[in-house]
Amino acid sequence: MKRLFSIAAVAGALACGTAYAQTADDVTKIGVLNDMSGLYSDITGPGSVVAAQMAVEDFGAKQKGMKVEIVSADHQNKPDVGTNIARTWIDVDKVDVIVDVPTSSVALAISEVVREKNKVFLVSGAAASDLTGPKCSPNTIHWTYDTWALANGTGKALVKTGGDSWFFLTADYAFGHALERDTAATVEANGGKVLGKIRHPLNTSDFSSYLLQAQSSKAKVIGLANAGGDTINSIKQGAEFGIVKGGQNFAGLLVFISDVHALGLASAQGLVLTESWYWDMNDANREFAKKFSAANKGKYPTMVQAGVYGAVTHYLKSVEALKNDEDGKAVVAKMKAMPTDDKLFGKGTIRADGRKIHDMYLFEVKKPEESKYPWDYYKVRATIPAAEAFRPLKDGGCPLVSG
Amino acid sequence: MFEIFGISSQALFGQLLIGLINGSFYALLSLGLAVIFGMLNIINFTHGAQYMMGAFAAYLLLQYFGISYWWSLLIAPIVIGFTGVLIERNLIAQLNSSSKLRTVVFLGSTAALFLLARPSFGPTLGLAVATAGGFAVVEAWAYFRPPSESAQHVDHLYGLLLTFGIALIIQGVFRNYYGSSGLPYRVPDQLQGTQNLGFMFLPNYRGWVIAVSLVVCFATWFVIERTRLGSYLRAATANPALVRAFGINVPRMITLTYGLGVALAALAGVMAAPIYNVSPLMGADLIIVVFAVVVIGGMGSIMGAILTGFGLGVVEGLTKVFLPQASDTVIFVVMAIVLLIRPAGLFGRST
Amino acid sequence: MERVAAPIATTERAPASWSVPAAFAAMTLAFVVAPAFVYPVFLMKALCFALFACAFNLLIGYVGLLSFGHALFFGWASYVSAYAAKVWGLDPALAILSGTAVAAGLGLVAGAIAIRRQGIYFAMITLALSQMMYFFAVQAPFTGGEDGIQAVPRGRLLGIFDLSNQMTMYFFVLAVFLACFLLIYRIIHSPFGEVLKAIRENEPRAISLGYKADRYKLVAFVLSATLAGVAGATKSIVFQLASLTDVHWGMSGEVVLMTLVGGLGTVFGPVVGAITIIAMENYLAQTGQWVTVIQGVVFVVVVLLFRRGIVGELANALKIPL
Repeated sequence: MKRLFSIAAVAGALACGTAYAQTADDVTKIGVLNDMSGLYSDITGPGSVVAAQMAVEDFGAKQKGMKVEIVSADHQNKPDVGTNIARTWIDVDKVDVIVDVPTSSVALAISEVVREKNKVFLVSGAAASDLTGPKCSPNTIHWTYDTWALANGTGKALVKTGGDSWFFLTADYAFGHALERDTAATVEANGGKVLGKIRHPLNTSDFSSYLLQAQSSKAKVIGLANAGGDTINSIKQGAEFGIVKGGQNFAGLLVFISDVHALGLASAQGLVLTESWYWDMNDANREFAKKFSAANKGKYPTMVQAGVYGAVTHYLKSVEALKNDEDGKAVVAKMKAMPTDDKLFGKGTIRADGRKIHDMYLFEVKKPEESKYPWDYYKVRATIPAAEAFRPLKDGGCPLVSG
Repeated sequence: MFEIFGISSQALFGQLLIGLINGSFYALLSLGLAVIFGMLNIINFTHGAQYMMGAFAAYLLLQYFGISYWWSLLIAPIVIGFTGVLIERNLIAQLNSSSKLRTVVFLGSTAALFLLARPSFGPTLGLAVATAGGFAVVEAWAYFRPPSESAQHVDHLYGLLLTFGIALIIQGVFRNYYGSSGLPYRVPDQLQGTQNLGFMFLPNYRGWVIAVSLVVCFATWFVIERTRLGSYLRAATANPALVRAFGINVPRMITLTYGLGVALAALAGVMAAPIYNVSPLMGADLIIVVFAVVVIGGMGSIMGAILTGFGLGVVEGLTKVFLPQASDTVIFVVMAIVLLIRPAGLFGRST
Repeated sequence: MERVAAPIATTERAPASWSVPAAFAAMTLAFVVAPAFVYPVFLMKALCFALFACAFNLLIGYVGLLSFGHALFFGWASYVSAYAAKVWGLDPALAILSGTAVAAGLGLVAGAIAIRRQGIYFAMITLALSQMMYFFAVQAPFTGGEDGIQAVPRGRLLGIFDLSNQMTMYFFVLAVFLACFLLIYRIIHSPFGEVLKAIRENEPRAISLGYKADRYKLVAFVLSATLAGVAGATKSIVFQLASLTDVHWGMSGEVVLMTLVGGLGTVFGPVVGAITIIAMENYLAQTGQWVTVIQGVVFVVVVLLFRRGIVGELANALKIPL
């Protein structure tokens, strides 16, 4: 027994020495971590890796003498898988920055791991506004969108254009509740009324009874505080029950262009949603989209994938200026200090709480006869200027700001 | 109209009707499971994946061959039922054979074909092609070699594990190829529109679902319980040796039964395609609810499965009205209660 | 009466043999030295799941009951332990104990309902019960739903050992694993264990000899649930996270796979199986899409061709008990 312990002690000492040597290296490793095979694989998935690669190419890393590598992994929307990968990446593979990460629960967990190990975390996929609120971190930047911006965009804009009575279909878990809460607050703050809400279990396949109740409430807008398959099912079955034909509007509180593609315009027409980027809005976007779809099996880029492009571009610029990629806090501070400018999102800034600021857009899904070419799905209903699009800095409750 | 517990009777009847529609799916699926279990004593964990394949078959038939929903109702169950037959002959039946040769031939040829097919088809499609090829090879091999009569009795739990593994493979392959977002499939034109029933607008398609389920369930029950073929099937499971002595080909009966159960699952899938999201995981969580239905109904009882399926659909529908948060768990709670009172299930025969 | 034959043929020979203690010594040594070569967090994961698989194996290998709902105990113990450590600020040892206690309680309730049936019915019932508690976990506020319970503190064990040091944590986990492993071994090779085997081989005969089979099976079920709870509770402290994955039926399927691959009813099979499957998942994490398919293929191949599992086949070939 004693011998066993002494062997253990020696082994332990050896292990301590070797396991965590953080040697600075001259390779900047970017880890794209997202859902490669599940619910969000079309929204993020392999496409985000393509976007990151395009960002590295356009940045001209090779010409500038910077060694940049990209690795990717599938977190399967599970916090434990995600944190495992993040830890292994940082400890063993010397990854310097983790990018994307849809699914708020995973993003929140990864934010903690990255903070603990002082690397950089660029969120594009996840929605939780807590990432720049109470759970904000000096190592995390929240790019593309968040629940507050979506709630504000869709809620406010719809109320102002006549959708002043709402009924919510909410996925009964933390994220759904948060989305419903934020949107309801916006609706009421802008003079609308919430007529009722119904909570359905996550991953419900049949919404008929909930839709029936939504129909009988006679609310002008049915807010879908859910995501992924639940949203698709609600809309599809809503078409079956003639919700839109009956004069009610669906407001997708978390809908992506890939969801619309999966639904088909026949089912999704008239759906109102907020996104921060659409491929068909200007020439730079269109050019990016064509190049992207050639490398991504013909699928066009979602705003999340565009966000990965923007975030990686800005990250590389900051690392180049700082000439250091090891100290996460320093890099993020530099990213906040430098104004952003990339060909997809244009000019913007990153706030002290880690929130990237840019315009948001209210879109409406076209009718089938209005769509002239593949992926021509949206028409712009309103633009929400950057200054109003995101939760005010002081309201977030972020310790970095008030402290 | 009048009110019950604060819900208007209109809303209540509407929800009851919707519960009945959901119950139709539960009934169809648990019928397939009950048939397979009652006859073969196998829990077919692959049932959910076969339901999904039925829906995908409908989608693919429309997408690539322009075949409409109506023909898919006939073709998809036959095609998927046929894949079930292949699975039963080459995988499930091999559990009880002490000679591993057939399994090795099948797995070996599939592996070899995969290595050949992968460069041209890619890994996912290559795997599907290789599996089809593997089946072809092993069937040809078996045709030319008389099967050995060696048999052993392996615990039925292995059948559960085997079908669980097959389900993982099928779902994984489909998910790799199609992603998880789902594919569009529209309600056929003839069934579009709604009927004004006074207390609710019933989409025509949903009414159609109820009608078809009732017919199919009754027809299946009738065939198994009241016809000669059905009696052969039931006898073959109860006492295979004796039935074989009468000259009836027992393995073929078993294979056909499995195929029938799978075809029922595929039929449910085709019917689900227009209204539920056609996605590779559509059967994965549904299958557990169906298991609970079959357990409540009594695992050997066909009529039990049908009645329980419809009944639980209604119970779930009512729960959605009065306590939506519990609608996921209510079926399991019912199962726990039923098991405490009647361990064999409501209609089961206690062994 | 339905046949209750165990799904495996026992490969046991004379209990007093050199192979098991030798294998145990080898295993212990391997785990003690391993952190020098292998990422310790990976090893800790392997140890937690090895314990989970051993607990599961107790039920299937020695009692002959296939539970398809063991995630219930693993996951809920994980939640309670995480909550105890984070919100109540308990010592990690106490947190793990509270998780274990809850798992034992759940085992008692689930066992009381499920034990009445056998074989496939039993499996289906455990699956359904576990699924019911999964949905409950999704909605219950204290579990954090989709987020899970995050940022669970490692704490100081007994006030002395700082568990945020990876190596200290590792040796604590190893100690827990070895202790529980020895406990399981003791259970199997005890009069109680002998009765269990008798029940597995021929229940009517055991009952005719005067043993209350149902009671013995229930006790075994609760023991298995409790030890699965230890695994889950420890896991949440190691990874500082308790999430829905731990209560989902996929987790139940995974532990079945691990035990099957390693060898049902062997002493070391679950350990080998757990390491194999976790290593495979780790390796395939980069290509996450294929993990499910490969797991399915492994299931099919093992069930059809290598029913005894890795350790089982090895034991059979070498004609020694393992």
